[in-house]
Amino acid sequence: MNLIDNIMLAHSIFFYTFSFIAIVSAIMLTVSKNTVHSVFFLILDFISVSCLFIMIGAEFLGMMMLIIYVGAVAVLFLFVVMMLNVAQQTNEWFVSTKNSSHIPVGLLISLIIFFELIIVIGGWKFKPDLITSMSLPIDQNSTNTHSIGNVLYTDYIHIFQLSGMILLVAMIGAIILTFRQRSGLKRQSYFSQISREKSDGVQLVDVESNKGVNVDD
Amino acid sequence: MIDIGLGHYLTLGAIIFTIGVVGIFLNRKNIIVILMSIELILLAVNINLVSFSIFLNDLTGQIFALFILTVAAAEAAIGLAIIVVYYRNSGTIRVEEINKLKG
Repeated sequence: MNLIDNIMLAHSIFFYTFSFIAIVSAIMLTVSKNTVHSVFFLILDFISVSCLFIMIGAEFLGMMMLIIYVGAVAVLFLFVVMMLNVAQQTNEWFVSTKNSSHIPVGLLISLIIFFELIIVIGGWKFKPDLITSMSLPIDQNSTNTHSIGNVLYTDYIHIFQLSGMILLVAMIGAIILTFRQRSGLKRQSYFSQISREKSDGVQLVDVESNKGVNVDD
Repeated sequence: MIDIGLGHYLTLGAIIFTIGVVGIFLNRKNIIVILMSIELILLAVNINLVSFSIFLNDLTGQIFALFILTVAAAEAAIGLAIIVVYYRNSGTIRVEEINKLKG
C-alpha cells in the first residue's frame, strides 16, 4: 500500500467512527429517559461532528462549533434543565394518555422525509460549468482560518454586522423575557436618597418642660 | 466503501436531520428535548453546507455555516428564555399539558 491508500483508509475509518458516534448519540438524545442525559448526548454529538469538520479541512468551523455549542449552548441547556427541575420526569415514549394517532403519522412522515433526502442525494449530479462559476475558490496555500478571515471582514462585512445585531437582539430579548420585578423587596432608591434635604429629615421643635414631644405624627 | 465522497457526508446529514425531525414529532416529555432536536436539524444543515464547501472547493458554504451557527445560538437563547418564563407561569413544560391555545 502506498501513502495515498493509507490516507484514504484512515479517512474512511475516522469518518465511519465519528459518524457512527454522531448518529448513535443523536438517537440517544431523542430516546433517553433523563433530560440531563439528553444534554450530554447533544454535547457528544456536537463534538463528533466538529471532529468530522476538522478532519475534512474546515478547522475554523469545527473549532467554532466546539466553542459555541459545547462551551455555550449546551451549558445553557444544562443550566435550564437543572433549574427547572424536569430531569426526573419519566419519559413516555410511544405511550400516550390520550390515544392520539400522532406517533404512526409522525414516523411515516419522518420515513418519507428520509427517503426523499436519500433519493435526492442518489440522483444528484454536478452542473457542468459549476467549477467555473464558483465565487470563492479555496486557496490551498493559506490556512482555513486565514482565508475565512480574508472574506468575512471584506466581502461579507454587512452580513457579519447583521449577525452581530441578531445576537444583540437575542440578548436583549432573553433578558427582558426573564426579568421580573419582585414586589415586597426592599432596595435602594438612589434618586430619592440623593435628593433628600435637611427640611425633609430634620425638624426643630421647642420642647416645653413637663410635656415632651409627640413623635408619632 | 473505502473512498469517502460527498455522498457519505450528505447521507450523514440526512440521517441526523431525520433523527431531529423524529425527535420533534414523537416527543411526549418536555419542550427542552424539542429545542435540542432543532439544534440537531441545524447541525445536519451545517454538515451539508460544509461538505459541499470542501468537496466543491468553494469557501462560501463555510461562511454560510458560520452565520447559521450564530442564528442557532440566538434561537437557543430566546427559546430557553421563553421556556423559563412559561415554566414560571404554569409550573410545567410537559408537551401534553401545554394546551392554552387549544391547538
